[in-house]
Amino acid sequence: MPLWHADHDLRGVDAVILPGGFSYGDYLRCGAIARFSPVMAEVAAAARAGLPVLGICNGFQILCEVHLLPGALTRNAGLRFVNRKVTIRIENNKTRWTTGYSAGQEITVVLKSGEGAYVADHATIAALEAGGLVVARYADGNPNGSADVIAGVANETGNVVGLMPHPEHAVDSLVGAGTDGLQFFNSILSAVPAG
Amino acid sequence: MTSTVDTVTDAAATPGQEQPHAALGLTDDEYAAIIGLLGRRPTESELAIYSVMWSEHCSYKSSRTHLRQFAEKAPPSAALLAGIGTNAGVVDIGQGYAVTFKIESHNHPSYVEPFQGAATGVGGIVRDILAMGARPVAVLNSLRFGAADAPDTRRVLPGVVAGISFYGNCLGLPNIGGELAFDPCYSGNPLVNALCVGVMRRDDLKLARASGPGNKVVLFGSPTGPDGIGGASVLASASFVTTGSGGERAKRPNVQVGDPFMEKLLIECCLELYAAGVVVAIGDLGAAGIACATTELAAAGGTGMAVSLDQVPLRDPGLGPAGILMSESQERMMAVTEPASLPRFLEICAKWDVPATVIGEVTDSGRLHVSWHGDTVVDLPPASAADGPLYRRPAARPANQDKLRLDDPAVLVARASPPGGSGGSSPRVGTPGGFGGSSPRVGTAGGFGGSSPRASTVLRGDLLALLSSPDGADKTWVTEQYDHYVRGNTVLAMPHDAGVLRIDEESNLGVAIATDGNGRYCVLDPYAGAQLALAEAYRNVAATGAVPLAVTNCLNFGSPEDPAVMWQFAEAVRGLADACQVLGVPVTGGNVSFYNQTGARAIHPTPVVGVLGVLSDVRDRLPSGFAGPGESIMLLGRTLAEFGGSLWAHVVHGHLGGVPPVVDLAAERRLAAVLAAGAERGLLSMAHDLSDGGLAVALAECCLVGQVGCAVRLPAGVDALTALFSESAARAVVTVRAGAEATFAELCAAQEVPSSVLGVTGGDALNIGGVLVVGRAELRAAHQGTLPAIFG
Repeated sequence: MPLWHADHDLRGVDAVILPGGFSYGDYLRCGAIARFSPVMAEVAAAARAGLPVLGICNGFQILCEVHLLPGALTRNAGLRFVNRKVTIRIENNKTRWTTGYSAGQEITVVLKSGEGAYVADHATIAALEAGGLVVARYADGNPNGSADVIAGVANETGNVVGLMPHPEHAVDSLVGAGTDGLQFFNSILSAVPAG
Repeated sequence: MTSTVDTVTDAAATPGQEQPHAALGLTDDEYAAIIGLLGRRPTESELAIYSVMWSEHCSYKSSRTHLRQFAEKAPPSAALLAGIGTNAGVVDIGQGYAVTFKIESHNHPSYVEPFQGAATGVGGIVRDILAMGARPVAVLNSLRFGAADAPDTRRVLPGVVAGISFYGNCLGLPNIGGELAFDPCYSGNPLVNALCVGVMRRDDLKLARASGPGNKVVLFGSPTGPDGIGGASVLASASFVTTGSGGERAKRPNVQVGDPFMEKLLIECCLELYAAGVVVAIGDLGAAGIACATTELAAAGGTGMAVSLDQVPLRDPGLGPAGILMSESQERMMAVTEPASLPRFLEICAKWDVPATVIGEVTDSGRLHVSWHGDTVVDLPPASAADGPLYRRPAARPANQDKLRLDDPAVLVARASPPGGSGGSSPRVGTPGGFGGSSPRVGTAGGFGGSSPRASTVLRGDLLALLSSPDGADKTWVTEQYDHYVRGNTVLAMPHDAGVLRIDEESNLGVAIATDGNGRYCVLDPYAGAQLALAEAYRNVAATGAVPLAVTNCLNFGSPEDPAVMWQFAEAVRGLADACQVLGVPVTGGNVSFYNQTGARAIHPTPVVGVLGVLSDVRDRLPSGFAGPGESIMLLGRTLAEFGGSLWAHVVHGHLGGVPPVVDLAAERRLAAVLAAGAERGLLSMAHDLSDGGLAVALAECCLVGQVGCAVRLPAGVDALTALFSESAARAVVTVRAGAEATFAELCAAQEVPSSVLGVTGGDALNIGGVLVVGRAELRAAHQGTLPAIFG
């Protein structure tokens, strides 16, 4: 079910995915304006109350901007947009979005972003690592200069996950990079009540 | 304020007033013609309209007389729903779907300001497709630059690629193919051609035509600013001198600035407007802005239009009527809607945060009437601006054409052969069309068999030189900056032969599209060169298993005022029109870019051809890399010793001369039929067309795009050099699924496509028996290192 940015209404959904793409042109800083969309007030409140939320790429950037997740995403180390298949390792399979994977499982997904370098201060990184809140790490090099090769993080309750690569481009081999990304979506489908 | 504006009344009262027509790019004769049309001198605003509408870029005044052949020679095609003369051609692909596609140049702006020039090139072609009523679904880019290691290329190329990446990625359009080539002739005149593909239900075709007096004219999208004023007339329609004078910087205000997010909103807004049935006619605002949209909409509808420029939302309140008419501010559209539909129209625009303003209405006056603060500043017959003058420019075969043709690369081939080998027999001597194992056209047969260690070393070195040359090198440095996955329907993208998109998720109906061009072939013979560009794009589409349906082209040439250039142009158009007729694929539209020259030096004539084909089931598509080990590799087509304009002559010898490969369109048609049938019947697992660098480069690419090597023997009857690097057309390399070899060979025989088994896939090297062995790691290093080493 699509949610409209200008509505103050989550229309009773069981989970929210903030997809990739571009919002408001992202001219100021990726996600910096989108976080003020009316619907984000409802998303943030519901997320703090436990609603599962997955932010992919630009969605991850928005989740950081709205402080549902720590840190920020900045320009790639190479200063260019990067579109490539990457292998990531699932470090935390206990979040609402990763139960379908085994811990340490390496999967292939697609990274396509210009501002994908995850950054945070030392204390935040240390807390993420200590708390097991790093959800996924790049496993074949560091394509964008992310701190601790972090590809995705979760909040402490594991209902909010931000992921820089795109699992939705790995759900159909005909038009994507294999099917390794499916389990993000199967995980949440098995976690929410049917119907 | 009104006193400073030149009105129609003023113009009638001051017939002798000097006007800057020459500075706006109009000749004295054209200016006199305008006075004749109006019966008085034009106002400043009218002069602005004529100057941009009669520019080469908008009026095609030097090319129209030639372009007519595309319609006159068009093969009968049941698929063609709209053709030349509309914003973009529309092709019926079955199941109720229609596809529209077009390629357009943004060469000059991209040299002056690479990032914005290339970005707005994408934006412009996307709006063309949108104006046909289609949802844009993919883009391709055909790029040519000066020598890769030239300092200015390092300024222009990264900016162009970043601009395309920025705009296309933000729009959410997958970039699924195109080309990248280098040659010193493009330094100072890079070619940045953008192609967009759109999809609609065939019943939803929109044609830009204002009809129905009383209907409202709505301008929507970004506000109008002073950017891009005179872009069409100043940048794209005259030779502009840039040598060391900082001239390109002085032109920078002529380049538009793009806002892809607004364009994304415009796309969604327009599609919802179409679905709501509130659009009578629509046109995009590109070159020549409001001047173009108003005159063309009114002219196409055979009606009049009254517009008040006071209503146009401005980003710069200092703009006067002439500037507003000429502005090329991006992300704007103009639509005609019935008065009763207007509230719904404006409501949809508001939903998408797209500013929309009624600026006038359709009239039955037959005149375009433009007012500014109550005064009439324009009063002209719209067709007089929209149609423009027509020139038959003098054309003359260049003086050096014969010298160029006679500079046969056969001498290089002979020199490359070991002593006592082919002994100077010219590989091109012989009766045209004559072919056979003993034909003189394959005169070096046996002369360079590869058994000599020295020969092997040379051939191996030549292959690595071709693979690591900027033209032959892996293009990932560029394509990695483009998103090809977005929208989730991309079945194939670079580096495969053509981009393939799924159109229908249930039936798996899809399209394939490729662009090709070869300036070296065209400078040697523009007639054959244009045909070879078409043949290669056609072959690339066929190599995915698709059936080619229609053609678009972007004709990049030097100054039409140079008779030599005009000859090249006339020959290329004639060649292309003739070849389209034989291949049965109509030209649906395109674009001409003249004045690609610096001083007296023109670029190589470079027609870039886009071919669109249809795949009834995209699951049958053929990739261009080896799929796995143990599959039989076959070569399809005939190999002659053809090195004129080849990558081998260019890279290894720095040579450009002779004649390009023989064009055999009947053979191209038969090859395409075999590839389509082989794909549909599941006989093939891969296909890759042979073009630049011949069989050797093709096999190397198959090894690298796939994940496995191969062991082959070169075909009999030709020498190793020819077998490896000749660029004979109408050829492809395929792998045949286990057990299907005999069936496929029968298919080839039935279609009279020569075929021979080269070997099998497997191993981790390109192993050409008795000639050369190169490991995949070494191939990869040679192929992938070049562009990152130059561009960082």
